[in-house]
Amino acid sequence: MNINFTLISQAIAFSVFIWFTVKFVWPPLLRAIEERQKNIADGLAAGERGRHELELASQRSAEVLKEAKHLASEIVSQAEKRSTEIVEEAKKTAKEESDRIIAGAKAEVQHEMFSAKEALRQYAAQLAIAGATKILRREIDAKVHADILVSIEEDLR
Amino acid sequence: MASEAELTPTSYIKHHLTYLEAQVSEGSFWVLHVDTLITSIILGIISLGFIWLVVRRATSGVPTKSQAFVELAVEFIDNEVKNTFHGNRHVLVAPMALTIFVWVLMMNAMDILPIDIMAWITENIFGVHNWKIVPTTDVNTTFALALSIWFLMIFFNVKVKGMGGWMYELFCTPFGKNPLLWILNLLFNFIEYVSKPLSHSLRLFGNIYAGEIIFLLLGMWAATGISGTIFGAILGAGWAIFHILIVTLQAFIFMMLTVVYISMAHESH
Repeated sequence: MNINFTLISQAIAFSVFIWFTVKFVWPPLLRAIEERQKNIADGLAAGERGRHELELASQRSAEVLKEAKHLASEIVSQAEKRSTEIVEEAKKTAKEESDRIIAGAKAEVQHEMFSAKEALRQYAAQLAIAGATKILRREIDAKVHADILVSIEEDLR
Repeated sequence: MASEAELTPTSYIKHHLTYLEAQVSEGSFWVLHVDTLITSIILGIISLGFIWLVVRRATSGVPTKSQAFVELAVEFIDNEVKNTFHGNRHVLVAPMALTIFVWVLMMNAMDILPIDIMAWITENIFGVHNWKIVPTTDVNTTFALALSIWFLMIFFNVKVKGMGGWMYELFCTPFGKNPLLWILNLLFNFIEYVSKPLSHSLRLFGNIYAGEIIFLLLGMWAATGISGTIFGAILGAGWAIFHILIVTLQAFIFMMLTVVYISMAHESH
């Protein structure tokens, strides 16, 4: 257990090992570790950013959705209004059409009635004339009373 | 086991505590413990080389298992250093702490390897008698580390505070700058500067050396027969499991003290 030259040789070995570690072992490992730490920090920051963006996007989407709903309800109400309008219009035109048809039919009926009356009247006049002619044939000379007959015929017509 | 003619507990322990020595030059100082030096260098090359191989292919993406393991160790040490040392630790202090922790841990961990099997291997496979495989049970190793750190501490004291600043600190702290107190201050600081490397190195040395001695004593149970061998093996296993804690703790303490000493050199009172 005596101090001897081993001490100096061990000190030299020690300093060589320290030099080796300082020079070759420490820096690359430190670099790798620091780079990884930076990567992790970057990743965390990116994650945070992504979450923030997601929040914004969901907010925006909610807004868009709300607007769309509003628009849709507006469109629906407009459509309802329009449909009632259309129904009203259709009713009005239908009524007008039916009135016109009814009026036309009434006029036709009037006309028919009128012409039937005319024909009836002519037929009655002819019958009356024929009757009168049969009666008068005995007493009245057609040639003498021609003017009277004509005037009667005129009246009946 | 040893091939001595007579096997007594004393010779057994002595054998295991004998270094493989090489005389470098004349004088009792110029002796080299070849086993300590070569084992520690091999361990350093294995551990730091492994880390280096992993680090060379390090990616900042998803790490491999070995990279994750290395990163775990490095980040653990880096955190400890960051809490204690407030300068730019990446220049020297943190890598040095990593070196110390890994290297001392490896050297301490040799203690857990069964001592007689390792002695048999070194003797019969590598053909060397007396090969101590635990470098930190050599007081030269722990002193080499502690004194290197001690010199670094003085270097940083001078570098950060300037020669004048350091001298001021030596003479005027901790009691005050009254000239009457200069001697007292200097004495106090002297004791502190002497005790630092002593406690630093002897704590590590003492713990690991004591652990080894206990393994040796437990190993001697084998001399009492089969039941003694089994008993000794059970106790040895228990001590080895407990020693895992000591080995790691001592490496950690040694590293932390290094960081504390160096950071104290950077901060003035």
